[in-house]
Amino acid sequence: MTVSEIERVPEILPVSAAPRRELEEIWKTKPGIGGWFSTVDHKEIGKRYIVTAFIFLVLGGVEALIMRVQLARPEQSLLTPEQYNQLFSTHGMTMIFLYALPILSGFSNYLWPLIFGSRDMAFPRLNAVSYWIYLASGIFMYVGFAIGAGPDDGWFNYVPYAERPYNPGLNMDFYSLGMIFLGISTTVGSANFVVTFLLNRAPGMSLNRVPIMSWGTLTASAANLLVVPSVSLAFFMLWMDRQFGTHFFDVSQQGQPLLWQHLFWIFAHPWVYAIVLPAMGMVSEGLPVFCRRPLVGYTPVALATVATMILGFGVWVHHMFATGLPTLALSFFSSASILITLPSVVSVFAWIATIWLGRPVITTAFLFFASMIVLFVIGGVSGFMTGSVPVDWQLTDTYFVVAHIHYVLIGINVFPVVGALYFWFPKMTGRMLDERLGKWNFWTMFVGMNLAFFPMHLSGLFGMPRRVYTYPAGLGWDTINLIVSIGAFLFAIGVLLLLANVLVSLRGGRVAGANPWDAPSLEWATSSPPPSYNFAVLPEVGSLYPLWEGRLGDAAARSSLAEGAVLDHGRETFSVTPLEGMPDLILKMPGDSYAPFILTVGMSAGFSGLIVHWWWLAAAGAALTALAMIVWLWPERKLAQIAGAGYG
Amino acid sequence: MSYLSGFGNRAYPVVQLTWGVTALSLAVIVICTGLVLVGTLRRRVRGTGAVDQVPIAPGESGLRWIVISVAVSSVFLFASLVGTVIVLAAVAAPSREPKVTIEVTGQQWWWKARYLSDDPSRTLITANEIHIPTGEPVHIRLIGADVIHSFWVPKLTGKTDTIPGQENEMWLEADRPGRYRGQCTEFCGWQHAHMAFFVVAQPPMEFDNWMAAQLQPAAAAASPDIQRGENTFTFHCGMCHTVRGTQAGGTVAPDLTHLMSRSTIAAGTLDNTPGNLSGWIANPQAIKPGARMPVLYLSGPELQNVRTYLATLN
Repeated sequence: MTVSEIERVPEILPVSAAPRRELEEIWKTKPGIGGWFSTVDHKEIGKRYIVTAFIFLVLGGVEALIMRVQLARPEQSLLTPEQYNQLFSTHGMTMIFLYALPILSGFSNYLWPLIFGSRDMAFPRLNAVSYWIYLASGIFMYVGFAIGAGPDDGWFNYVPYAERPYNPGLNMDFYSLGMIFLGISTTVGSANFVVTFLLNRAPGMSLNRVPIMSWGTLTASAANLLVVPSVSLAFFMLWMDRQFGTHFFDVSQQGQPLLWQHLFWIFAHPWVYAIVLPAMGMVSEGLPVFCRRPLVGYTPVALATVATMILGFGVWVHHMFATGLPTLALSFFSSASILITLPSVVSVFAWIATIWLGRPVITTAFLFFASMIVLFVIGGVSGFMTGSVPVDWQLTDTYFVVAHIHYVLIGINVFPVVGALYFWFPKMTGRMLDERLGKWNFWTMFVGMNLAFFPMHLSGLFGMPRRVYTYPAGLGWDTINLIVSIGAFLFAIGVLLLLANVLVSLRGGRVAGANPWDAPSLEWATSSPPPSYNFAVLPEVGSLYPLWEGRLGDAAARSSLAEGAVLDHGRETFSVTPLEGMPDLILKMPGDSYAPFILTVGMSAGFSGLIVHWWWLAAAGAALTALAMIVWLWPERKLAQIAGAGYG
Repeated sequence: MSYLSGFGNRAYPVVQLTWGVTALSLAVIVICTGLVLVGTLRRRVRGTGAVDQVPIAPGESGLRWIVISVAVSSVFLFASLVGTVIVLAAVAAPSREPKVTIEVTGQQWWWKARYLSDDPSRTLITANEIHIPTGEPVHIRLIGADVIHSFWVPKLTGKTDTIPGQENEMWLEADRPGRYRGQCTEFCGWQHAHMAFFVVAQPPMEFDNWMAAQLQPAAAAASPDIQRGENTFTFHCGMCHTVRGTQAGGTVAPDLTHLMSRSTIAAGTLDNTPGNLSGWIANPQAIKPGARMPVLYLSGPELQNVRTYLATLN
C-alpha cells in the first residue's frame, strides 16, 4: 500500500458524472442463495427485521385473539389454565421482545445510513449478526412454545414461581436461555447504532443537524447497552438456580425473590422507553412533512427524548409499589414516575403545535401519526395515575394496567410504525401504498383499538385482576369483556387490511419518485428504492432540512447534493467527528461475509445443547462460534483504514 | 370489586385521590384530543392529498406552545405529587393501635388466616373468610408460603404482596358491616383466577360472638351416620385438613372445623351448597384444574358419609 493510498484526497464529482456502474459492482450483494446468507447491506437487513417483526406481531396477535375468545364470556373453558398462562406469557414475550424493538431496529437499520447520507452502518457485519441472532433466538423461544414449553409465568417471570419446584418443565429454561440469546442481538445492535450515530454521518451534519428521529434510536440504544446486562444476568442466575441448585432466588437458602424484581425492572422499565422513543422519533420526522412545516421545537424535543431516558432509569420501583417497601422509598419513586411526564408533555405539545401552525394534508400516514398523539395522551395519563403510590395500590395488576400498557405499546409503537410504513414504503419499494385502502386500514385499526382497550380501563376500575384465565359472572365485568373481544377482532381486521395493502401495492402501487412527499431529509435525495451504494456521490450537509433549503428563509444554509465525494476505491464511506460532523477518515467497509450467519448457527447449537443438557453440543456450538469469530476478525489488507483524508 | 368507592379510614383518602387524578387525566385527554382534532380540521388542505403540491411554509417557531404546556403541566403534576405524599402519609398507619392482629398466609390457591393472641387458647386458624369488627383498625401481617401472592380487598384497601422469606405489614378498617370480596392479584400459577376470599365486617359484639364460636372445637358426632362420616373424613382427608377436636390434623389445607359457617368453598370459587360441596369433593380437578386437592376416588357411600359429616361442622 502506498502513501498516496493512505493519504488520499477523495475525488469530487457532480452526481451526473458519478461512476454508478462501478459503485454498483462494488456494493451489490451476489445474487442467489449465497448472497442471501452473506449480505451485509443495511437496507436488506432492515427489511428483514421489519418483515420478521411483523410476522411475530401477527403470531402475538393470534395468541391474543385466542385469549379474547376465552375471556369473551365468564367461566368459559375453551383453554386450560396452563394453556392460557402460556398464551399470555408468550403474547407478552412476542410483542415486547420479538416485535416492538426489532421493528424499530428494522426501520432504523434501513433508514439511518440514508438519512445520514452515508453508505452503510458503522459495523455492517455486526448488523447482520444482530439480525440473525434475533431471528434464531425468536425461533428458539417459539420452539419451546410449539412443544408446550413456552413461558408460563408472564413476560416479567417472577420467582419463586419460575423456580424448578413450582415450574418443573422446560418452559423457563427456554425462556431464560432465549432471553440471554436475544440479549446478544440487542447489545451488538445497540452498539452499532451508537457508533453509527457518532461517526457515520454526512460531512457537515453536525449534531444539531441530525434528523430528529435518530435521537430516539440513539437514546434507546445507549439505554439498552446499560440495562440489557441486568436482565441477561437475572435470567442466567435463574437458569443456574434451576440447573445447578444455586440459591440466588431460593428462599429456603436465604435467596431473595425481590432481587429478581429489581434486576428485571431495572431493565424492563427503560426497555419500555426503548420501544417507544424511536417510534416517537418517527412521528417527529413524519408528521411535520404532512403539516408542510418544520417540527416545532427540534431542540426541546431532542432534549426531552434524552431526558425521558435519564429519568427512566429512576422509576423501575413503580412496578413494585405493593411489595412492602418503606414509605420513603415509595415517595421517591412516585415523584420520579410523576415527573417523567414532563418530557412527554414537550413532545406532545411540539406535535400539536406543528399541526396547529402547519397546513395538515390528511393522508393515511398523517392519520396514524396524529391519532398516535391522542393514544399517547391516554396511555400517558393512565401511566401518570399509576405513578401515584396509593392509587397504584388499587390499580396495579388489574385490567387498568392492561389498558395502559396497550395504549402505550399500540399507541406509541404500532401506530407510529404503521404510519412510518405508509411514509417510507415508497422509499423502500418504489411504490406508494394505496391511500383508499389506507383510510379503511386506519379507521378499522383506530376504532378497533379503542373498542378493545378503552373499556379495559373500566373493568380494571371495577376490580378485574389481570392474568386470570377466567372470571366469575356478575361482578360487572361481563359486558365489558364481550366488547373488548369484539374490539380485538376489529383491530385484527385492521391489521389484515394493512397486510392486504402491502401485498396489493407491492405489485400494483403507484410508482413513487425519489421524493413523493416533498420531504426534507437525505433519504429522499436518492432514488426509490435506493441503489446498493445509497448515494452516487456523498452529500454534504449545510442545514437540518437539506431538501427544504431556500424555502425556510434560511439563505445561508446550502447543502451540496449535486456534487460530492465519490469514494469508489472499494466499499468506502466517510467517518466524521462526533460533534461538528467534519470528515476525518475514509472508512474501508467490509464486504459480504458468511461469518455472521455461521456464528449464529454456532450459538444456536450451543444454546440448544444447554437446553437438553447435551454438553458436547454446547461445546461444539461454542467452538463453531469461536471459529466464525476468528474468520470474521481475520485482518484483511483491503480493510486497512485510511487516515487523515484531506477532504474539504 | 370496584374501588371507585370504599369504606373505612384506609380507603377514603385513596378514593378521593383516585377520583382526583382520574378527573385530571380525563381533562387532559379531552383537551389534547380537542387540540389535535381542531388543529387538524382548521387549516387542513382539502383535495386528494398530493402532498408535494402544498408549499412548505416555515411559520412561527411555536416554542411558546411548549413553554406554556410545560408550565401548566408542572403545576398540576406538582399538586398531584403533594396529594400523593399527603395520602401516603395519611394511610401509612392507623390512627390508633389495632386490637386485632391477623396473620394472613397466601398459598396456592387459598388464604390462611390466623388470629393472633397472647393467649394461645384464643389463637384461631381459619381460611378464605376473614371476619373483622367494624370501626376498628385491623392489623394484617402477610406471609408467603410458596410463591408470591397479593392481598387485596378493593373496597377496604389496596394491594400488599405476600412474599416468601419476608413479612409484610398493612392494616385495614371497615366502618360499616358488610361482605367485601378480595382476590389474589399477583400471578401465582394455574389457579390464580380462583383465589378469592371475603372480609366480613361485623359490629364488635357480633364479631366477639363469632370469635367465641369459632374457637370451639367441632361437636362430637351425634349419630352413627355422622361418626361413620367422621371416620371416612379422617382417613381420606385428615392428612391435609384439620377439624379441631378430631384426629384430622393436617395443616397444608384449609382448617374445616367450622366449614358450614363459611359462605363459599374452594377460595371463593363456589357457593357453599350441599351440591357444590359434593361436586368439589368428588372431583376438585374438574372445577379448579391444578388445585392441590387431589381426586380421592371416593365411592358413592363414602362421599355421602363425608358430606353428612361436613354438614355438621357449623
